[in-house]
Amino acid sequence: MDFTLSSDQQLIKESVDRFVADAYGFDARMAISNSADGFSRDHWSTYAELGWLGIALPEDRGGFGGTPIETMILMEAFGKALVLEPFVPTVVLGGTALAFGGTNAAHSDLLNSMIAGDVLLSLAYAEDNSRYDPSIVSTSAKADGSGWVVNGKKRAVPYGAAADKLIVSVRTSGGEHDADGITLLLIDRDAAGVSHFDFKTVDGQRASDYTFENVHVGADAVLGEPGKALGLLEFVLDSGVAALSAEAVGNMSVMQKTTVDYIKAREQFGVPIGSFQVLQHRAVDMLIEVELSRSMLYYGTVAIDPAGNPSERKRAVSATKAQIARSGRTVGQSAIQLHGGIGMSEEYMIGHYFKRMSMLELALGDADFHLRRLIAEGSGHGSAASFTSAQKQLAGVN
Amino acid sequence: MDLSFSPEDLRFRDEIRAFVARELPPTIKHKMQVGEELSREDYVTWQKILNAHGYLAPNWPVEHGGTNWTVVQKHIFDEELAVGFAPRQLPFGVSMVAPVIINFGSEEQKAYYLPRILSSEDWWCQGYSEPGSGSDLASLSTRAERDGDHYVINGQKTWITLAQYANMIFVLARTDPTAKKQKGISFILVDMTTPGVTVRPIETIDGGHEINEVIFENVRVPVENLVGTEGGGWTYAKFLLEHERNGTAGVAGSFQMLDRLKEIAGEERFNGSTLIESGDFAKRIAEVEVRLTALSYAQLRALAAESATKSPGLESSYIKIIGTEIQQAITELMLEAGAYASFDSRTNNAALYFNYRKTSIYAGSNEIQRNILAKRMLGL
Repeated sequence: MDFTLSSDQQLIKESVDRFVADAYGFDARMAISNSADGFSRDHWSTYAELGWLGIALPEDRGGFGGTPIETMILMEAFGKALVLEPFVPTVVLGGTALAFGGTNAAHSDLLNSMIAGDVLLSLAYAEDNSRYDPSIVSTSAKADGSGWVVNGKKRAVPYGAAADKLIVSVRTSGGEHDADGITLLLIDRDAAGVSHFDFKTVDGQRASDYTFENVHVGADAVLGEPGKALGLLEFVLDSGVAALSAEAVGNMSVMQKTTVDYIKAREQFGVPIGSFQVLQHRAVDMLIEVELSRSMLYYGTVAIDPAGNPSERKRAVSATKAQIARSGRTVGQSAIQLHGGIGMSEEYMIGHYFKRMSMLELALGDADFHLRRLIAEGSGHGSAASFTSAQKQLAGVN
Repeated sequence: MDLSFSPEDLRFRDEIRAFVARELPPTIKHKMQVGEELSREDYVTWQKILNAHGYLAPNWPVEHGGTNWTVVQKHIFDEELAVGFAPRQLPFGVSMVAPVIINFGSEEQKAYYLPRILSSEDWWCQGYSEPGSGSDLASLSTRAERDGDHYVINGQKTWITLAQYANMIFVLARTDPTAKKQKGISFILVDMTTPGVTVRPIETIDGGHEINEVIFENVRVPVENLVGTEGGGWTYAKFLLEHERNGTAGVAGSFQMLDRLKEIAGEERFNGSTLIESGDFAKRIAEVEVRLTALSYAQLRALAAESATKSPGLESSYIKIIGTEIQQAITELMLEAGAYASFDSRTNNAALYFNYRKTSIYAGSNEIQRNILAKRMLGL
């Protein structure tokens, strides 16, 4: 049992911590957020040069052979600094889909271009009727010769306007709720029949609603197996949840520390407000939630294993997201409350962390969604069988 | 980063698991499974089995009968005992007074008391709280006045777990009433058969008899029963409390209770289906399970840190808070799961719920733990 980072991982951590400290001050970040793209292409080039864009992808797919731990290290630092670049949509969601679902040389080339920083990607899975559930798909793809014709709409595609290529979940057979019949297609943002409505998100990022009208794609656009892509899509989304969870832990830890500093410095009634027990206890509860979240993050992160048992992975990831969503809300609301009026000001940093954390609660599934998924995967029904083998090992339950 | 136990630790776990399965008397196991109260003999029987295998006092130094296990192995041992429905390790002798004697006692005290704890000849209880001194323990007023070769003790101690079974009590008493409040306290070992010691039962809201008052009226105790120095008792008392908090997360026990809860909710019929299939209740169970899973990893992180630094950290305070909140949440759900069956005093759904209200009060209330964390972890 070991919760420490390897020396290589420690170097990555130092490198990313240094980068965000230099590049992501409050004003610099606001300028990036208010730019046309909503992120910095210069920074993106730096990430490519530093090797971050392929860091956790398998070596036989052109990556650098790291593990989800490397992604976690980067994402936690990004969370601490409210980094805006589309790392999760491009690298974690797009990169994972291509690395594990790519079927031809063009897919390999595309992945290499992504790792080099030349191509941006995103994932379009959510629909008006699906909320967070990837198995509910009404966007259709009808066979057309050897290829497909796509029709439908996708909601809130992260950094969708900047993405050169989208990975889109479509239904190639069955009804809206069937697990079978879901296919992942790679679609060019600029293909005929593709349109998008772009918007700024409430946390200063960007997203797009996409419409596909009679969009023609070839057979080589398919990632994974036609009609059988739900398993791949769930693995991709779970990788994304783990990454966002790491971002959330970074975010929360800043809110927690900043709040403690604030209540030590802020004086009312002639004393620091941190001397009041009611505030102290709330600050302790923030600390506890950060520590529980960090503990859970490790569990959820190591569960991201392409060779692992999918049901155990889903339970670990859903438990992680449920915990982190709950904790993030407690920490965020407490941070605003303990800051008082300044917590409501757009010109002060804490509100920006709160807004990002609030969206992280929802992104790729909120606590409600993930608790239901946890139950569906076996929790809540019958004795010890409902615990994952990792839980059983820890708890010694047979 | 590797979150699994090493092969050696897994072998150790199998060894302990097999030991419990082989050695735990079925009658005791049954009482534990159904939540029946254990007798003094049940506890002593199990302690003697543990001692015969050298497992009674894993935390002690080897020269006194300890095991030299790693921090992780001690954790596995505790968890395996809980999982196998063995009686909980009563802390009062092995984990409370013994570490104080080992660290601060005389050679004579070590030679006399430690073997008697291992052999179960002595059953210890804890004389800390008083009617007027709970969280503010240092305000205690029990007096120990020097009279030649004896201390004469007068006062009242309360909330004393299983004092009805004990023959020995360690007492915090004021030896110097003129000193500042923490300074005048001493740590004294008292034979409960001494004239003037009276044990009175306190019935608790769950109908059980776990706790007692102990009254001291002119109880004469030889001065050699003082531990360490006169007036040094507060230091030893705090040392003991730090030890106590390490044992109160109860993760394995909570996983067991959660299992039992799922069984109850799976058997509870509602409108042609079961309670757990109603969805809402399953979700509430899942909420607790998620938090318990987070706690189990938090505890492992604390153990890993303790292994590295060789000293327990402040994590024990928040682990105590969350561990006890989870225990209480599970018993709340058990109460609710039983519906009208919970009214029936022949079931223990409600009794368990009532009984577990104690967990956020004992071993330093959860509010006191938050005070400790605010001061020492956050610097507030």
